[in-house]
Amino acid sequence: MAKKKLVFSFPPRLIQEPVTSNLIRNFDLEVNLLRARIQPREQGRIVAELSGTSESLAAGMAYLEDQGVEVDTLIQEIRHYSDLCINCTVCTGVCPTDALTVNPGTQELVFDASHCIMCEACVAACSYGAMESQF
Amino acid sequence: MRTLEEINAKIKAGKVVVATAEEVVGIVKQRGVKEAARMVDVVTTGTFGPMCSSGIYFNIKQTTPKIKCGGGRVLIDGVPAYAGWAAADIMLGCSALPEDGPRNAVYPGLFKFGGAHIIEKLVRGEKVKLEIKTYGTDCYPRKEHVAEVGLADLNEAVMFNPRNAYQLYNVAVNFGKRSIYTYMGVLKGRLGNANYSTAGALSPLLNDPELRTVGIGTRVFFAGAHGHVVWPGTQHVADPVRLEGGLPATPSATLALMGDLKQMDPAYLRAASIVGYGTSLAVGFGLPIPVVDEQVMAQCAVSDEDITYPIVDYSENYPLGRTADLGRVSMAQLMSGHIEIDGKSVPTGGMASRARGRQIAGELKSRIEAGKFLLTRPAAPLPGATLAEALA
Repeated sequence: MAKKKLVFSFPPRLIQEPVTSNLIRNFDLEVNLLRARIQPREQGRIVAELSGTSESLAAGMAYLEDQGVEVDTLIQEIRHYSDLCINCTVCTGVCPTDALTVNPGTQELVFDASHCIMCEACVAACSYGAMESQF
Repeated sequence: MRTLEEINAKIKAGKVVVATAEEVVGIVKQRGVKEAARMVDVVTTGTFGPMCSSGIYFNIKQTTPKIKCGGGRVLIDGVPAYAGWAAADIMLGCSALPEDGPRNAVYPGLFKFGGAHIIEKLVRGEKVKLEIKTYGTDCYPRKEHVAEVGLADLNEAVMFNPRNAYQLYNVAVNFGKRSIYTYMGVLKGRLGNANYSTAGALSPLLNDPELRTVGIGTRVFFAGAHGHVVWPGTQHVADPVRLEGGLPATPSATLALMGDLKQMDPAYLRAASIVGYGTSLAVGFGLPIPVVDEQVMAQCAVSDEDITYPIVDYSENYPLGRTADLGRVSMAQLMSGHIEIDGKSVPTGGMASRARGRQIAGELKSRIEAGKFLLTRPAAPLPGATLAEALA
């Protein structure tokens, strides 16, 4: 089993297309939606974790590309600006997935984007503008 | 053991031995209090967290013709400042907000700009817009004045904290159902998280819990400048309940601090926009502790395991002023990332930066070692305290 966390951007013409359903039915993929924003006549965006065999993942990705879905493997929707961060670590207490943790040695904040589910709890918790959501 | 004069002579000769409050924990464990006290002359502490009781006052250069701010109205970048003093003296607190700002109208408010941001701008070397509207007198005929001013344009600019360096602070939790937005940060409902605000083993007043070396007049590290303790802080409690070893168990000492804003470093001063609450200012503070006797060293050896804080519910008990015993947790437990309350594992988050506190204690240590920072004898003890014999 392989796992991939991806950001899909849909052009408006694909709003009618059941892309997620197709990924599940036709490519035997498990799709775990983490975040979605779909508005008529605008670009839709979904952050999802896909899991399946590496063959079905590759086939699913090819299908998405064929449909014109933009796939971004780099999760950059939540950004940590270390120059603005004072390392108070208050955000770690509201982060539900341990994407934000404290290095026990340096006592500095560690942001692991691969664990982030873009809940944005850290954005409200930070008083110094060091966490930003671009979703 | 050693006098303050001996310590200062060693600082001037470049022979002083300084350790941070974190370092002495290990030194005392290895060598014992007696040996550690013999070895180390000064212990440095440091803390960096939001303190709403922060503000500045400054004196502006007079215009021609002259203007009288006192009794008039002063805005700085749209934020009302206090002008109830003489013709050219103005005061601004970090929690001041723009007159037309949304505050919590759209809850929770974001509080993007306030007095704290103006103070930070000035320290960064940026200019702010000063608008004065007042009445004319025979000696101060001008009624209006608008100017862009920076720190260099002001005659004097002073940072003043009526209260800072809380000796002991609450661990904030939320027993309610919904998320609440407090000065202790966002607290998720049903014990979703627990926030604390302390430097623990590096905390200035927890390393001198009975205030035996610190008093009115003590020179301190204050946001990069050399400031002074000028008075007991507001809400100072002279006789707290104490645990073994002198650590307070209930709300206790605070300090009033002053320092020259023009000497401050933006690395140790940051405006905070606390969602749903308001603006505040994180101010770096470091206290040097002269090791004048063994008791000083024994108390500086306090570790994160030794220090405990009371847990307080901010959904009902805090706003309604109720007291309830929800237990205590140690700094070591808080720093582990989780504490246990009512059998539930609750994730923790800090409001004060331990990393930045460590940097401040280190910077103060370097300044003392380099002979740039001499220690002072307090002019008077703080209420409830008895100074160590060598400092009395």
